[in-house]
Amino acid sequence: MRIVAAIAGACCGVRSPAVSVVVLPVLYIAVLTSCPASARAARPGQSGAAKEHNASPAAAPRHDISGTWEPANGVGDGIQATGVKAMPADGKPEHQLPYTPLGLATLKSHKALEGVDAVLPGFYNDPRDKCEPIGFPRLDLYNLRQTQILQNEYKVAILYEYGETWRVIWTDGRELPKLVEGGVQVGKEIREPRYYGYSVGEWVDDTTLVVRTVGTMGEDKTWMDLAGRPVSDALNVEERFHRVDHDHLELTVMIDDPKMYTKPWVAMNKFPMKLQDPHTDVMEMYCSPSELERFNKLIGNPASGPDSKAPER
Amino acid sequence: MKRFMVLAIAVGALMVSLPLFAHHGNAAFDAAKKLSLKGTVTDWFWANPHCILEFDVKDEKDQVVHWATETSNPADMVNRGWGKLTLKPGDQVTVTFEPAKNGRQVGRVIEVVLPSGQKMSGGFGSLEGGTQTAPSAGAAGGSKSSDYPK
Repeated sequence: MRIVAAIAGACCGVRSPAVSVVVLPVLYIAVLTSCPASARAARPGQSGAAKEHNASPAAAPRHDISGTWEPANGVGDGIQATGVKAMPADGKPEHQLPYTPLGLATLKSHKALEGVDAVLPGFYNDPRDKCEPIGFPRLDLYNLRQTQILQNEYKVAILYEYGETWRVIWTDGRELPKLVEGGVQVGKEIREPRYYGYSVGEWVDDTTLVVRTVGTMGEDKTWMDLAGRPVSDALNVEERFHRVDHDHLELTVMIDDPKMYTKPWVAMNKFPMKLQDPHTDVMEMYCSPSELERFNKLIGNPASGPDSKAPER
Repeated sequence: MKRFMVLAIAVGALMVSLPLFAHHGNAAFDAAKKLSLKGTVTDWFWANPHCILEFDVKDEKDQVVHWATETSNPADMVNRGWGKLTLKPGDQVTVTFEPAKNGRQVGRVIEVVLPSGQKMSGGFGSLEGGTQTAPSAGAAGGSKSSDYPK
């Protein structure tokens, strides 16, 4: 319910608790069932290239988000250099996140290279810049570039360009693992937290896959974005992949982390992706410790300067 | 006229420098300033997170000054027409870049003029009047299907 409120608040400006009680369930149902009539026509096997020069794209195929996708407004739109797309760390009051005391303290301990509290390259402590796994949900919320989605009746696999990283979303009907102390409960087993968590997806209509993810790493392992926003092991993320038509996909990401934030909020709101030629050969984009060390030696550290000081936060 | 050419252009506020490739921090570089130096390539390092172009420039006293500059990442550079073999040590180039605010000999590349005279975008900032080079994918991040001929 925390996430439902976040969707409505972000998309519809619903703020009054009294209104929310009445409106939110309706909105939620509306969101789950909304689908343009043109997009309801099932056209299996139509996951190919975007047809250039077509006046209007074909309808979205049923239960199919496979293909190679790229940010529709250019890759710069997916880099999210100043923090998550919907709530950048630009100092504007409307982008202030609802931190808990722990969330705020954790944020202050993060020395980020971007955002209003950015530090110089010699003073950052972003785990990404040690070539640590980028983790989830940062996969969506930083450097979202060309994205290959493969699927069958059991799972959806997403191959992210940045970091050569992939994750699996189960769509075989299994239940989302339950968050417990020290990890997640899968059946009778207690399983460890993972960098990319445990993801389960469900088609809520012909063209919308809703994915929930839990069991991610704690705040000492991963950040949410380049601005150093924190996430904890209590995180519960909802992704909504909505194929608008054959050639267009929208991604919405909702964050629910009661350790770090007092209420759920939307980090990415209907982020537009466009289908690419199926023959597209996605470039590799890796993190090499030796190359990074050389970069820091030649560029990053000198640019910080011997007289530079880490700013107070 | 000296053998070196230091144009040292302070271009001012009209520079358009979106944080498109803000991988390693905008705070260290002066996006409102451009330096254009003619020099000799000492190394072209094709690498992540960003490629590195090192070159030597002779100053007024005939002393060699070494510069280390970064370009965008390889995936983006491919879309801008670059490759690992685009430059080699000894090549004479003119590099236009945003220098570090602290005055050290580092910067990030806006444009390189190759020995052939071809102008190549380095992925940072922009030059007024536009010198973006073909092929321009418009958006960085991936190669074309033709990269692997079938």
